[in-house]
Amino acid sequence: MTGQAHTGRPSKLLRNLSSKIASIPMMLTAVVIFLGGTVWTVVYSFTNSKLLPRAKFVGLDQYERLWDAPRWIVSIQNLAIYGIFTLIFSLVIGFLLAALMDQKIRFENTFRTIFLYPFALSFIVTGLVWQWILNPEFGVQSVVRSLGWESFTFDPLYNSDIVIYGVLIAGLWQGTGLVMCLLLAGLRGIDEDIWKAARVDGIPMWKTYLFIVIPMMRPVFITTLVIIASGIVKVYDLVVAQTSGGPGISSEVPAKYVYDYMFQAQNLGQGFAASTMMLVTVAIIIVPWAYLEFGGRKRG
Amino acid sequence: MADTVSIKPGPALAAATKAGIEPRGAKPRRTLSGRNIMLYGTLAVAALYYLLPLYVMVVTSLKGMPEIRLGNIFSPPLEVTFEPWAKAWATACTGLNCDGLSRGFWNSVRITVPSTLISILVASVNGYALANWKFKGADLFFTILIVGAFIPYQVMIYPIVIVLREMGIYGTLTGLIIVHTIFGMPILTLLFRNYFSSLPEELFKAARIDGAGFWQIYFRIMLPMSLPIFVVAMILQITGIWNDFLFGVVFTRPEYYPMTVQLNNIVNSVQGVKEYNVNMAATLLTGAVPLFVYFVSGRLFVRGIAAGAVKG
Amino acid sequence: MKIRSMAAILAATVVLPFAAANATDLEVTHWWTSGGEAAAVAELAKAFDATGNKWVDGAIAGSGGTARPIMVSRITGGDPMGATQFNHGRQAEELVEAGLMRDLTDVATKEKWKEIIKPASLLDSCTIDGKIYCAPVNIHSWQWLWLSNAAFEKAGVAVPKNWDEFVAAGPALEKAGIVPLAVGGQPWQAAGAFDVLMVAIAGKDTYYKVFKDKDEDVAAGAEIAKVFKAADDARRMSKGTNVQDWNQATNMVITGKAGGQIMGDWAQGEFALAGQTAGKDYTCLPGLGVNEVISTGGDAFYFPLLKDEEKSKAQEVLASTLLAPATQVAFNLKKGSLPVRGDVDLAAANDCMKKGLDILAKGNVIEGTDQLLSADSQKQKEDLFSEFFANPSMTPEDAQKRFADIIASAE
Repeated sequence: MTGQAHTGRPSKLLRNLSSKIASIPMMLTAVVIFLGGTVWTVVYSFTNSKLLPRAKFVGLDQYERLWDAPRWIVSIQNLAIYGIFTLIFSLVIGFLLAALMDQKIRFENTFRTIFLYPFALSFIVTGLVWQWILNPEFGVQSVVRSLGWESFTFDPLYNSDIVIYGVLIAGLWQGTGLVMCLLLAGLRGIDEDIWKAARVDGIPMWKTYLFIVIPMMRPVFITTLVIIASGIVKVYDLVVAQTSGGPGISSEVPAKYVYDYMFQAQNLGQGFAASTMMLVTVAIIIVPWAYLEFGGRKRG
Repeated sequence: MADTVSIKPGPALAAATKAGIEPRGAKPRRTLSGRNIMLYGTLAVAALYYLLPLYVMVVTSLKGMPEIRLGNIFSPPLEVTFEPWAKAWATACTGLNCDGLSRGFWNSVRITVPSTLISILVASVNGYALANWKFKGADLFFTILIVGAFIPYQVMIYPIVIVLREMGIYGTLTGLIIVHTIFGMPILTLLFRNYFSSLPEELFKAARIDGAGFWQIYFRIMLPMSLPIFVVAMILQITGIWNDFLFGVVFTRPEYYPMTVQLNNIVNSVQGVKEYNVNMAATLLTGAVPLFVYFVSGRLFVRGIAAGAVKG
Repeated sequence: MKIRSMAAILAATVVLPFAAANATDLEVTHWWTSGGEAAAVAELAKAFDATGNKWVDGAIAGSGGTARPIMVSRITGGDPMGATQFNHGRQAEELVEAGLMRDLTDVATKEKWKEIIKPASLLDSCTIDGKIYCAPVNIHSWQWLWLSNAAFEKAGVAVPKNWDEFVAAGPALEKAGIVPLAVGGQPWQAAGAFDVLMVAIAGKDTYYKVFKDKDEDVAAGAEIAKVFKAADDARRMSKGTNVQDWNQATNMVITGKAGGQIMGDWAQGEFALAGQTAGKDYTCLPGLGVNEVISTGGDAFYFPLLKDEEKSKAQEVLASTLLAPATQVAFNLKKGSLPVRGDVDLAAANDCMKKGLDILAKGNVIEGTDQLLSADSQKQKEDLFSEFFANPSMTPEDAQKRFADIIASAE
């Protein structure tokens, strides 16, 4: 139902011309920056570039070293845990909040701003504040103890086994507001008549949400999912500010490995190899899905 | 169930173009019903969780350093002082320049305003083209873009330095605006594409039958119907660009350094005593602009912009 | 001595009138942003401005990950600053090799840097293929154990005079509720502490065999096993530190919550800020009281190659200003570091700084690991030791195996 509807146009190239012209920035960005930059990165991951990119090829050396590094393995495990929990919790909490906000409540603006404001603060500060609150000496633990529960222990940031959950708490605090906002925007795009129709048919509210509204919001959910997921893959500042990857290496994440090796260790090759591995993983998941999602379905 | 859901295309087009932004539905009931207690109770509890760190920040920023060393982070200040705020804004040093955050404030504005506007404009047109005027090959570009959203920024620094250098705009404001537009593009394009494609298709069809073209439909139908999503895009971009530190310093010269450079220097200084109170004040000051924007633009979020119009 | 300082003063005065004629703005980037550091930089700026030029300050906090990509991007992007701080050592080699940095040999020859800069290894790290590319400005040494006199008093034991006594005092400190050894969570602290232990316990020769010759057999051998044994002690004694930043760990020593800390001479600034006096409130043991040797790392300025002729001239002026005796004294007193020339008088130095100067004068110096190893190997070491210190189930033997692997692959 797009430009293809016009059959009288002389040339295939000129068909839908405005749309093509309008998309030039997108095409350039996709091809030159993202595709070009990625190819460049992958090529240099096979070199031993140090401070500056240099084309001295060393085969798979960087990759062998990467997969031998205990820190890289820990990083990947942490990302998996952090990722799964962030996805689940931010979608569930975000949607619940959005649904509550959509009940024609009073003070909507105030509540929305309260849920959203953490997003305005940088990750650096989020990490810092939560580092304090979770600090056993003057944070939650000490307050609870001073209330009389002497044996109470809550020190996630100093316990290697659970430190990543400490990071999770801070990450959720910062990010769920935006998820709520996105889903709220989606809910506001739902036709009022649908609610009326459901009410007339006597369908309970929770069923309306689950079987009618949520499926209709599929595109918004997909946007949200991509935003959350790309945020998860790139998580860096939060960990740096909150734990610096500690104790030891127990809260390291892949993006931090990439940056640390690119800029602190001045081993661009190693950093590029790590980021190539991240990208390959992402591509394996996203490309087939994106093809089905964006390519398969014809619309408009 | 689906067939109970019907959309009347005809009047929607006419109404949507002149849709107001007032909430339509009935006024909220003021009764103390069980439902309301549940509703507001849950919201209030959630709000507490979100507000707790803010409380800690505000309280800390109002304390003097000796009091912070003593203490409990939750206790209110014994002696309220606004010194940290004044220091963060006007006298905290960045190297030799001791004029606090105020130094970078206007630079941040100069960077954020054009970058936000241009990136949203470009991305919304992309999204619109992808949703409603799809051409052959468009999905390929789009898929690349989405995968691009997952690339860690730092990895792209050196290639982009090369591109900007070859274009001769390395170190200029234009270069920085382009960089922000590029990195905002994947998510924003996705946002707009998906939002536009979830709007009733009949609107678009009807406009085409009326003979409206690409830009006409964009400006007269899509724009007015999509305020909430524009607000979300604005939230994303203003926050991202205002809080950006890396691009601001890597791609420009010191005379354009944004406020976050000073924030970084205040918060991130490794040596010397950490002035937590100044850190917190600096943070709150830096966050004030996005916060203000959220609060004001939030009013555009009301129900019934598009949907309410359908009832006519 | 006297002739040298005369020569230097002469050189400095010769430069002044020449420069005043060409007032030029020169942008200088660095990562010195904390109070004491900024005050030290202000001295450099003041001295440079006095030559009639103008120091345009480009401070970016955060050395490693933050400031460096910015500096490298600016230089490779074709919009370089006038001068930039870098840790000298091996970090800037490639920029030099790529022809992006300026050769300072002329200035250095004219001002006789080869004779005035002590120890000579400082200038060696600025030298690539016989040409000099950077101006060293200070010396920082790592090999110090800082002890809280109050903590030992509370535990009822004498303040230790060396590492072994310190380890022996550990249980008494613990019994008094004091963390014996504060080690902050930042990875470089654990790695640095290990290097210090190595010099103290295995000695200078073994240290060089491992880090200079990259001899993996030595790294896997018995001498280093002793060092790992000591690191194991240190790990046990550091349990319960629970802070991140190095200065928070120093603060534990200042407040008597910890018995001691292994940290570089920059820790001194924290004690000074807290109003404590060396000898009375705290004790410093260079070389852990075992082997009085200090390493000579430090900071240096590099000068990108510029097209603008006037700015190039201003670069020369800046380079010689940085090394002028007056600048060296003013800067290093504020910074808490040692001057790079042996011919200046630091009368205002405190006890610990004087100990350092003595050791320097005796020539008991070694090159720091920053000068001997690539940043890459340093980072791998950091990963290993931060894991080792945080994870009690990692045995010293396993850690040594991994350490030997890192040394084997080091370039």
